[in-house]
Amino acid sequence: MEPLLVVKDLKKYFPVKKGLWFGERADVRAVDGVSFAIGRGETLGLVGESGCGKSTTARLVLRLLEPTAGEVHFGKTPVFKANRKEMHQLRRKMQIVFQDPYSSLDPRMSVKEIVGEGLVIHRLARGKEKTDRVAELLEMVGLGREHMGRYPHEFSGGQRQRIGIARALAVGPELLIADEPVSALDVSIQAQVINLFEDLQRQLGLTYLFIAHDLRVVKHISDRVAVMYLGQIVELAESDELYRNPLHPYTQALLSAIPVTDPKTKRQRIILEGDPPSPIQVPAGCRFHPRCPKRFDPCDTEAPVLREVSPGHWVSCHLY
Amino acid sequence: MRNGSLLTIQDLQTHFFTGEGVVRAVDGVTLSVRPGETLGLVGESGCGKTVTALSILRLIPNPPGRIVGGTICFEGRDLLRLPEEEMRSIRGCAISMIFQEPMTSLNPVFTVGEQVAEGIRHHQKVSRREAWDRAVEVLRRVKIPDPARRAYEYPHQLSGGLRQRVMIAMALALGPRLLIADEPTTALDVTIQAQIVDLLMGLQEEMQMAVILITHDLGVIAETADRVVVMYAGRVVEEASAEQLFETPLHPYTQGLLESLPKLETGKRHRRLTAIPGLIPNLLDLPTGCKFAPRCPKVIGDCWPTEPELREIRPGHWARCILA
Amino acid sequence: MRGLFSGQGRWSPGIVLGSAILLFFGLMALLSTLLAPYDPTRIPERLQGFSLLPPRGDHWFGTDLLGRDLLSRVLYGARISLLVGIVVELVVTPIGVTIGLFAGYFGGSMDGVLMRTTDAVMAFPGLVLAIALTAVLEQPGLLSVIIVLTAVRWTSVARLVRGQVLSLREAEHIAAIVALGAGKGRIIFRHLLPNCLAPILVAMTFGVASNILAEAGLGFLGLGIQPPMVSWGSLLAEGVVYLTAKPWLCVFPGLAITCTVLGFHVLGDGLRDVLDPRLRS
Repeated sequence: MEPLLVVKDLKKYFPVKKGLWFGERADVRAVDGVSFAIGRGETLGLVGESGCGKSTTARLVLRLLEPTAGEVHFGKTPVFKANRKEMHQLRRKMQIVFQDPYSSLDPRMSVKEIVGEGLVIHRLARGKEKTDRVAELLEMVGLGREHMGRYPHEFSGGQRQRIGIARALAVGPELLIADEPVSALDVSIQAQVINLFEDLQRQLGLTYLFIAHDLRVVKHISDRVAVMYLGQIVELAESDELYRNPLHPYTQALLSAIPVTDPKTKRQRIILEGDPPSPIQVPAGCRFHPRCPKRFDPCDTEAPVLREVSPGHWVSCHLY
Repeated sequence: MRNGSLLTIQDLQTHFFTGEGVVRAVDGVTLSVRPGETLGLVGESGCGKTVTALSILRLIPNPPGRIVGGTICFEGRDLLRLPEEEMRSIRGCAISMIFQEPMTSLNPVFTVGEQVAEGIRHHQKVSRREAWDRAVEVLRRVKIPDPARRAYEYPHQLSGGLRQRVMIAMALALGPRLLIADEPTTALDVTIQAQIVDLLMGLQEEMQMAVILITHDLGVIAETADRVVVMYAGRVVEEASAEQLFETPLHPYTQGLLESLPKLETGKRHRRLTAIPGLIPNLLDLPTGCKFAPRCPKVIGDCWPTEPELREIRPGHWARCILA
Repeated sequence: MRGLFSGQGRWSPGIVLGSAILLFFGLMALLSTLLAPYDPTRIPERLQGFSLLPPRGDHWFGTDLLGRDLLSRVLYGARISLLVGIVVELVVTPIGVTIGLFAGYFGGSMDGVLMRTTDAVMAFPGLVLAIALTAVLEQPGLLSVIIVLTAVRWTSVARLVRGQVLSLREAEHIAAIVALGAGKGRIIFRHLLPNCLAPILVAMTFGVASNILAEAGLGFLGLGIQPPMVSWGSLLAEGVVYLTAKPWLCVFPGLAITCTVLGFHVLGDGLRDVLDPRLRS
């Protein structure tokens, strides 16, 4: 199957100044050689802890940021080589839903204006047609025509997320990037929004890049899951396979850290030592080795590469 | 009513008087904590779990908030009737609290050692030197690596996980009998969460203190709590031992919460989640009967006219539902 | 202003009190020709017995050295003082907003150049600049006052707007609009600018107050409005010679300045409370 999105060796370094005046310059290696592909209609989950580069990856794919190196292909179009006009067309096909239901909606615009913004920008509808289309979009996400004249602060977190989804769907995208879309929501509302994502995918044939730190949510919604650590993908597999047979010690620790809602099963927890190192001072060799319970000889000097160890199961670890 | 308890809250009512009306954030909460046990307090935003905790310490911002009724008995004394000075000597000493966001709870211009030592000197007459030594000792206890050196660092030099450890150190410095932990892991990464939960549970055993653990994460509750209180719209809707609650939840809200969590077991992908319909309730506009009725999948006609009482359905298992 | 006041409908006491004070002084300025009991420039033929009178029944605020009625002069002075305050603010706000928007949105070297210029103007002692400019303009007067104040007063608005834009640029709703394919113009004028309007409006009220004070300062130094025109600043400059002996000459224009500035500040505080989205329930 032809993949809809191909990401090749994507890198983004943010320069930072150390020291106040003429201090040496350093790079924050937010994304450091990320590659993956997403098939049409597929959901790829991207998990990792804060600062691992998953949100930066999302913004690079959408070209909200320019990369330091690497390529992104949407269908046959190379995203970073697209000119203004091509980019404008591409923007209709790739959309994003953000994490924060408060800062992701302009507080000074009505729901109708927020959702209709894409229609206006791409001259897709105006006047009554626009109103009808906005109403239709709102109904699609479980809201109604009566909400059009209201302002964001009149809505709850879950409803705001629905408005954000409607805004993204207005331009008829093929790829929807969801950047932690449910992490700010209450448990009972999370389930509603996850169900909405799944319903929309079925109805509209959408392709998802679903980013979250909650492995439970990612596993539920994704066909395949990629695990990121310090700017790199350390493991990528089908979601059931990843859960059943996690290979990378980091994935194993992440999975074991998920609390189980059964007081009687005492799970075997792997508690990692220390904190994730800063992306300014990336450890030599395998980036995970300072925290890895299974590290051995080559880990602190030689960086492992992402290899396919069984069909469809990729891991970047010297153990395999 | 329940003997041998360390803390007993009876019919607590904490209301907020706002321009739009009276928000009954906590409306008739009754619960108790026994010495040395972990009580999990679960619920979604606005259910009143944090306000309950702040009421225990009498830290409700006034105005707009006020504790308008009820009693909070701690070791035989009603905290709501104590003069402010006595309350101050209890706060941070016999009862202490840790908060969700460790960065905003620490003072950025003092070293962490100074902040822990300050807390000790606030309650006990000890020399500066002695307070500092004890602060380093407490930092060691919360497993901060190289505490003698770390004590000289400022909050911004520490990672989120270490900051939360400092917060715990400050709370535990004086050996409290009750620790209130309000979403202590929510702002942290998954792997750090596991570290902190582990640390808290280890310290509790070591120090024989009672813990009220406030969280929205049912998983954390299942792993740590002895008993669980589920709150909804300012009320207790269910109370049971952790085993009972997770095995046979009686209130439809608890059942809904448990079912709305994605399951990790393999082979169930793309099974729709059972979500609780509707919105988090607006405390200014609650129904007269059962507060959960508008979202309840099992609602019947009798749910609407009067609010059900919290009844003991089975020994030690209480629920506020006429169907239970 | 679409959505600026959405969902609020609250009137803070600050807005009511501030508006009331300003309405009082505004009416004073507008109706000064009707309200003034005397011609403010009329010098009595015989000065003796009219010069430097203390406040009394026929001259409520007393008279000045040349026997002119101080109440009439304060009333007429309100016109110039308020005019200068408001006109300068209306001129500097668009300048500052434009510079702030561009610096904040485009960043990089554009930001560097614009902000270093702003810093330079801010760092330069305003009075020295005023004296220098007045010298260049040769004749001090209403126009020179407006030009001098405009030259120094745009910086704070520019800084304010730049700061707003910098934080807004990080907001996810702006990223969402970029991802939708909006052009630069649309982002700047339809999304960034409306979100800066509330703080700009608040800053404008404080700005008018500062302008009135600055005009008074210039007048005090003799670099302001020249006779026969009167402003509160020039009245202060005339009266300061007799500050200890005939204090009313300074007290009344001083009070007028204080009350007006206070009025603008109270209004600004009130607006800030009402417009701050964080204070919305």
